[in-house]
Amino acid sequence: MTCTEFLTLLDDMIDDSIAAETRAEVEKHMHKCGHCEVIFNTTRKTIEIYRSHEIYDLPNDLRNRLHAAIMARCKKGC
Amino acid sequence: MTTIQSIAGENEQHPDVALVERVRAGDVSAYDTLVRKYERQLFRIAQHITQNREDAEDVMQDAFLKAYEKLDQFQGNSKFYTWLVRIAVNESLMRLRKRRTGKMVSIDEDLETEEGSVPRDLADWAPDPEQNYNQAELAEILRKTIQGLPQGFRVVFALRDVEGLSTEETAETLGLSIPAVKSRLLRARLQLRERLTRYFRKKAGSKELAPAEARPAK
Repeated sequence: MTCTEFLTLLDDMIDDSIAAETRAEVEKHMHKCGHCEVIFNTTRKTIEIYRSHEIYDLPNDLRNRLHAAIMARCKKGC
Repeated sequence: MTTIQSIAGENEQHPDVALVERVRAGDVSAYDTLVRKYERQLFRIAQHITQNREDAEDVMQDAFLKAYEKLDQFQGNSKFYTWLVRIAVNESLMRLRKRRTGKMVSIDEDLETEEGSVPRDLADWAPDPEQNYNQAELAEILRKTIQGLPQGFRVVFALRDVEGLSTEETAETLGLSIPAVKSRLLRARLQLRERLTRYFRKKAGSKELAPAEARPAK
């Protein structure tokens, strides 16, 4: 497996939508290729960080204000 | 004599579907519940697309109102949430169009960049790199980084990886083919990874201290 081939399988590895045989081949490549192992780990970490950190905060007072505005408009509409 | 329960005929209704039916029957409080359930997500999605807080506030309201008005059109072919997200995405794009008066806005802009497609910065990251920054610093880094992505990649990443839509749902929402979603997702992930390496790389010559030891507790 080349590093280019590895890249095409990166998403499937991370999303765990990969056949067992192919997964074994990818892991074999990662053991031999430190660069690809780093790419795999840091890409996975990238996703994890974005999943676990709220970057667009909706503070409660704003949330309540928007919610009230939405419900007021809906009630008028019905 | 025991009653035979029909398991095959059991209607496993998604709770959202039950709520939608109640709204259609005239129960506005059921819509209140639906709004509360998804307001954070819609706000986030609107922010990701419009990159503008005021616009995101307007888009979020408009999306919920539009969904309420069009509730009869929700057939149940997709999940209610996916249907709602599609409305929010369309409202966001329309809002972007208004801001850039006259210019066509689509999610296909600026996809020519090759940045990140071939990983260049191969430095490994520090363990738990986010612990080297406080909450505010980290949020700023993550925001700046994702805002630097081309629109077409950013939206796919936001829907797939942040909001957790499936590839199929993302494709449906954005009117893209599945291969297009997959290719953009890979590019988005690699570009984000590449940019974040600047902030998260292992410092040269640093000792392998656990984050708790490296920084005093704030």
